[in-house]
Amino acid sequence: MSADLALIWPELILTIGGLITLMLGTFMGDRQVGIYQLSALLTLAAAAAAVVALFGVEATVFSGTLSVDSFGGFAKLLIYAASFVCIVIAPRFFSGGMRAEYPTLILFAALGMGIMASARDLMTLYVGLELNSLAAYVLASFMRTDERSSEAGLKYFVLGALASGMLLYGISLLYGFSGTTDFAGIAKVMGGELNIGLIFGIVFVLAGLGFKISAVPFHMWTPDVYEGAPTPVTTFFATAPKVAAMALMTRVVIDAMGPAVGAWQQIVIFLALASIILGAVGAIGQKNIKRLLAYSSINNVGFMLVGLAAGTQQGVEGVLTYLLVYMLTTLGAFLVVLRLRDADGNQVESIAAMAGLSQRRPGLAAAMAVFLFSLAGIPPLFGFWPKYLVFEAAVNANLVPLAVAGIVASVIGAFYYIAIIKTMYFDDKSETEFSGGGAIVEDAVITASALWLSVIGYLFIPVLAVLSASAAAVLF
Amino acid sequence: MSGFPILSLMLAVPLVGAIVCLFVGDKASRFVALGATFATFVLGCILWANFDIGGAQWQFTERADLFGRFQWALGIDGMALMLIMLSVFLMPLCILASWDAIKQRVGLYMAMFLIMEVVMIGVFMAQDLLLFYIFFEAGLIPMYFIIGIWGGANRKYAAFKFFLYTLLGSVLMLIAMIAMIMEAGTTDIPTLLSYNFPPEMQTWLWLAFFASLAVKMPMWPVHTWLPDAHVQAPTAGSMILAGVLLKLGAYGFLRFMMPMFPDASGQLMWIVFALSMIAVVYTSLVALVQNDMKKLIAYSSVAHMAIVTAGLFAFNQQGIEGALIIMLSHGVVSAALFFCVGVIYDRLHTREIDRYGGLAVNMPVYALFFMLFTMASIGLPGTSGFVGEFLSLAGIYEASSLVAFVCTTGIILGAAYMLYLYRRVVFGELTKDDVKAMPDLNAREWTIMVPLAAVALWMGVYPESFLAPMRGDVTTVVARLAPAKPAGDAHLTAGKPKPAATHGETTHGSAHAGGVQ
Repeated sequence: MSADLALIWPELILTIGGLITLMLGTFMGDRQVGIYQLSALLTLAAAAAAVVALFGVEATVFSGTLSVDSFGGFAKLLIYAASFVCIVIAPRFFSGGMRAEYPTLILFAALGMGIMASARDLMTLYVGLELNSLAAYVLASFMRTDERSSEAGLKYFVLGALASGMLLYGISLLYGFSGTTDFAGIAKVMGGELNIGLIFGIVFVLAGLGFKISAVPFHMWTPDVYEGAPTPVTTFFATAPKVAAMALMTRVVIDAMGPAVGAWQQIVIFLALASIILGAVGAIGQKNIKRLLAYSSINNVGFMLVGLAAGTQQGVEGVLTYLLVYMLTTLGAFLVVLRLRDADGNQVESIAAMAGLSQRRPGLAAAMAVFLFSLAGIPPLFGFWPKYLVFEAAVNANLVPLAVAGIVASVIGAFYYIAIIKTMYFDDKSETEFSGGGAIVEDAVITASALWLSVIGYLFIPVLAVLSASAAAVLF
Repeated sequence: MSGFPILSLMLAVPLVGAIVCLFVGDKASRFVALGATFATFVLGCILWANFDIGGAQWQFTERADLFGRFQWALGIDGMALMLIMLSVFLMPLCILASWDAIKQRVGLYMAMFLIMEVVMIGVFMAQDLLLFYIFFEAGLIPMYFIIGIWGGANRKYAAFKFFLYTLLGSVLMLIAMIAMIMEAGTTDIPTLLSYNFPPEMQTWLWLAFFASLAVKMPMWPVHTWLPDAHVQAPTAGSMILAGVLLKLGAYGFLRFMMPMFPDASGQLMWIVFALSMIAVVYTSLVALVQNDMKKLIAYSSVAHMAIVTAGLFAFNQQGIEGALIIMLSHGVVSAALFFCVGVIYDRLHTREIDRYGGLAVNMPVYALFFMLFTMASIGLPGTSGFVGEFLSLAGIYEASSLVAFVCTTGIILGAAYMLYLYRRVVFGELTKDDVKAMPDLNAREWTIMVPLAAVALWMGVYPESFLAPMRGDVTTVVARLAPAKPAGDAHLTAGKPKPAATHGETTHGSAHAGGVQ
């Protein structure tokens, strides 16, 4: 038992750090932003360091319910990095309204997500997922007095509870028909004859997880929650939980359902194509940039699922690389949105107000253009590379029709991305005056990720390939 | 020069120039852009001077394993050399052409043009399939901005159409490339050139490449983006679009589709011939009825490109050499014609043909240059157009007399629409007051016209300078295609005394005989 504890340092650090941050907030008061923020950031950094220190260790702990491996490590590093940025950017946004609950909740959500990424048992899967979700529901309605924020929280909660119900139902079926909650045990049963109970179990589990990654047709909540939640929280939702849920789904599909390829593959293919197409078409009419980025995330999840549908190690490598690049791009894009404030300091979210942004704030517009072209996967921007990897995996797994359909649909997606660039660059200046300055950290993150995504990222392909290969190899 | 990475340097100079342009003011950026493009042109001249004609197929090769899965692999053969020369030659002229015409956001404009240059010459240099694709696609972004920001009234529509049309085409090519890489296990273009793909796979790969390249080319019926893009783009944008970007499609045909999928090329050549024949006649007729000068020249470009595709798929030495010369000639001449339109557009701000007339009276020098380029476009002997059209039609005739017959009507129609355009713009009564007030060419416009005219004449009088570097590469392609070549209906026989082999069917015999029979 104590040997097991030594292997879950990241989770321990997050738990203790989260509690300390909560206490700091309680006793020092919400005014001491710097202190509890620092404590949260240090906790995340320490947890990340612990993950790095554990890299290379392959073990299962607590009777095989949790796995310590480089796959989980890769996902956790992404999750912690995204959480870190989301804590850093919060005080400026909430200005006076910043409270200690915010970093605390993010820490607990990160803890839940870490468990999701490492779970190898249906019970730990559920515990991690719910820990993350409960923190997320509160975060969505963090601005208590704002109607949209409360609505977002409520909507997220109700639909999330429904999805959890479906997931639990699927879990109970899988348990009932296989007699175990252990992924490896389930896989053993799946290797034999598939009966109707197992198939229903697969469908319901995938439906529940599809909700968490917001794949079509379980995506309804995404635009509303993304629009309503405070922008730093939206940034968080669009990055860290996506990584965790996608990693979890990959592990469940490959580890637990691996032998039943025929059963899950068609579901994943459907989710992939539906997400790509609907994510692209749905985005076209959007007037709010956060809503649009929500559809963009649905669209991008579809591409990740293309890699997952391949079901090969190459496909999983593609998914992991995609997650990393997607996370950086999305962080950058939301930070740009966060920087859009009018002369009175109010957030600007309407796309129409961004007209002519390139003339008022050339740097910001250029960075946004980089992020959007990258999300669209247009070379030479680095967003092209993960798309290439997932399509390569699909073609190599003999899923050529899927690859062709997906890539053709990506052109529809390109339409709305370049439509925003049109608004920023081609249209006449809007009335909105943008105030600037003061946000050095945001600007630094935006600049760094834009530069990395422009062409410098290509130089990191060998490193990324080694990392994602060692992480993906765990599952095979 | 061996060992010195001159190709990387040629890519780096405009790239650095682009970054500088973004940060210096409007005035300075013009000079930075001119300096960078001129420096690249000088490097290009050094490259040409050091190119060993008849030497190794791939020269100046560079290889750096930067990206793990694929490589920074550059290298050129004769065809690539000539197309690079075309690009670097046109670039400084484009910058000069936009010297006064572009007044807003000059720094961004110049940066976009320089990035365009990097991307274009990168396409011709790439020796790695993925690197090629990245360069090939990257051209969309700067062109999207150039059309969309500095274009005409309907520029946003044109920019969208350009972007999405060409993107839709090229994504299919990406899937085909993935399949090729999986099958052959390498991304190295020279290796792929000699790899024999299974015939049934070739058909699919060919069709996927065709979907992409036919749009870039552009071939009928997917040419509709071109008139819109040309009409809306600023003068220099049209120059570079017609001059170089249209050549990417033909380059892809010659570099990838024909040598990599020879069997499929042989089987599916009827598609290319059919579309080319339709395009030559149809777009020429459409050009005849245009009221907008730029639209007319855009349609004429489609017709010329159709002769290029037909010439390429003749599968013989003359046909392919002729097609290459048309590409170079059209690159110079259509850029010059778009500039001619730009000159009077800058003065009167309309492209409508009826608004002009009688320019020969008050703009004699302009009328002279315009006449020269019109004749070059028609293919008058002594100008560059003639050489290319004659050679490619001779090659097409050998493959199919019907195609040659139909394509030749394109030459006649070409004369009709160009001369009709010239008559309406330059001749006739000088009645309109605003037209009367238009001054003749200024020093800047002279500087642009003279090199273009000189090259058009040079190519017409002594095409050997341009043919010599490419001949060996064409021979290689022809030899690669020989097994898949269907029998033509011309059954050419040389004179009685010596039953000489026809050109192009032997590997070395034609290498020195030249293109002209």
